Amino acid sequence: MATQASRAAGRLMISPAVILLFLWMIVPLGMTIYFSFLRYNLLIPGDNPLVGFENYQFFFTDPNFWPALINTLVLVLGVLLITTIGGILLALLLDQPMFGQGIVRVLVIAPFFVMPTVSALVWKNMFMNPVNGLFGWLATVFGLQPFDFLAQAPLFSIILIVAWQWLPFATLILLTALQSLDSEQLEAAEMDGAGPVSRFFHIMLPHLARAATVVILIQTIFLLSIFAEILVTTNGGPGNASTNLTYLVYSQSLLQYDVGLGSAGGVIAVILANIVAIFLMRMIGKNLET
Amino acid sequence: MGQIELKGVTKRFGDAEVIPPLDLQINDGEFVVFVGPSGCGKSTLLRLIAGLEDVSGGEIQIDGRNATAERPAQRGLAMVFQSYALYPHMSVRKNIAFPLKMAKMSQREIDAKVDNAAKVLNLSSYLDRRPGQLSGGQRQRVAIGRAIVRSPKAFLFDEPLSNLDAALRVNMRLEISELHNTLKTTMIYVTHDQVEAMTMADKIVVLQAGRIEQVGSPLDLYRHPKNRFVAGFIGSPKMNFIGGAEAAKYDAHEIGIRPEHIDVGTTGAWQGRVTVSEHLGSDTYLHVQTDYGIINVRADGEVALHHGDTVWLTPNAACIHRFDQSGNTL
Repeated sequence: MATQASRAAGRLMISPAVILLFLWMIVPLGMTIYFSFLRYNLLIPGDNPLVGFENYQFFFTDPNFWPALINTLVLVLGVLLITTIGGILLALLLDQPMFGQGIVRVLVIAPFFVMPTVSALVWKNMFMNPVNGLFGWLATVFGLQPFDFLAQAPLFSIILIVAWQWLPFATLILLTALQSLDSEQLEAAEMDGAGPVSRFFHIMLPHLARAATVVILIQTIFLLSIFAEILVTTNGGPGNASTNLTYLVYSQSLLQYDVGLGSAGGVIAVILANIVAIFLMRMIGKNLET
Repeated sequence: MGQIELKGVTKRFGDAEVIPPLDLQINDGEFVVFVGPSGCGKSTLLRLIAGLEDVSGGEIQIDGRNATAERPAQRGLAMVFQSYALYPHMSVRKNIAFPLKMAKMSQREIDAKVDNAAKVLNLSSYLDRRPGQLSGGQRQRVAIGRAIVRSPKAFLFDEPLSNLDAALRVNMRLEISELHNTLKTTMIYVTHDQVEAMTMADKIVVLQAGRIEQVGSPLDLYRHPKNRFVAGFIGSPKMNFIGGAEAAKYDAHEIGIRPEHIDVGTTGAWQGRVTVSEHLGSDTYLHVQTDYGIINVRADGEVALHHGDTVWLTPNAACIHRFDQSGNTL
């Protein structure tokens, strides 16, 4: 891409893809913003007048809004915590030479291939159900009262299910990062008198920082919009105990048929995602430089 | 003190025995170079001494103490790796201080030692940089700095100069030799480059397929190679080997003559035609096609011979090495 002509040709060649992607993003976003300023309820036919920030005011004053916001953040943070720490530990374990390494690695990746609705249903019915579930059965074996996970600790249960899905992703990325660590560095540290624990904290963990950053950023994007797991397990309940912003938008626009209110919620969710992204980049973005 | 003794040390990887039983004595303050072609086991031997590999048999003694079962850190040896193995996320200061920090030394002591090492190695102005911001030679010096702050019993170098360019390599070679003269600590140095071995070593250990072929001072190996392998490996350009009837004249299976021990003239023992002549200024390397094959000759820089010229070669009879059927020197 040296000459003026080749550069111009290059831009021309990539422009269809760029324009398509841009439209793909801007049209839905523009329509959502537009709808968010309309009074647009499917149960009230007729005009859809512009009402300014009325929808936003309704959404903010909704008694479910603040709990949903907090639930969203708790869900994201909880899953991030479990997956990064668990992922590092699993990666360390899988990095050890052992019998059947290939098969074990494939098994570890498996949860990532199960679709969210299915895995959530499996967890709900086969593990967490107090009557039929494995955990309930285990509790009765030990003579304990079965614990009704989804009723007693709905948000925690959902965090558990989502973390189970994302753990393989974190493990895989961290495992490849671990394998790219120069073994001479570990040997040098060993010669320098560093024991296994010191080697982990002084050599391995700093080396993993960049991969962990990637894991955290990518997961955050997806975790902010968790929906399927909530829909098939708790339906956001009991009450609003497991409602996050995505689910709140769904219930406003599709359960209450208020497109305007749902759109306002969607815009707020986008703004929240950007705030989180800015915070994250401030905190850990420097790990990605060089 | 830094006396290392290997007694019947062996190393097997699975069924493959890479080092058959091997004995070696390294005296305090010696600069010992392990040299050999790639895959001869010299790096493995160094890693056995360092403790990074377990021996399959035999005993390693350091200062008369059996260190075979000791962990690398307990042996009191420091190692400089081929890739330098600097910690990329730490500054130069922290890199050099790392072994002291692991030894739980006080911060004041650490600072003093690091500053001292940095002064010796001309690193004082780079202490706050990361390894990624340094040149190859500077990284090399940081790696050496990390080794010397511990005041180890011996230094182990694993091909430390192979990642540097030619000019820098000569410089670092001198710096390491100088360092050895100032510290007077035992150094074990692994290389495949016989020039490095010849210029730096007090004692060269020539290895082939895990076996020690010969141990001796550089000139000892040059003048009195024990066998054909050592004769061919030490010296540059390589020794010429001639077999058959010509060798029989000297009552040997094969004779060897170094390029610098052959005279070029208009009369002489062997006639040949120059195929290539390399003019280096100080010397001229001639490749001469003779009835016994290509013979390399190192002639004076002023010799003006070119492709196709006919020359006569006369070996210096006193410098002819004679080998028997199995390659041993007669």
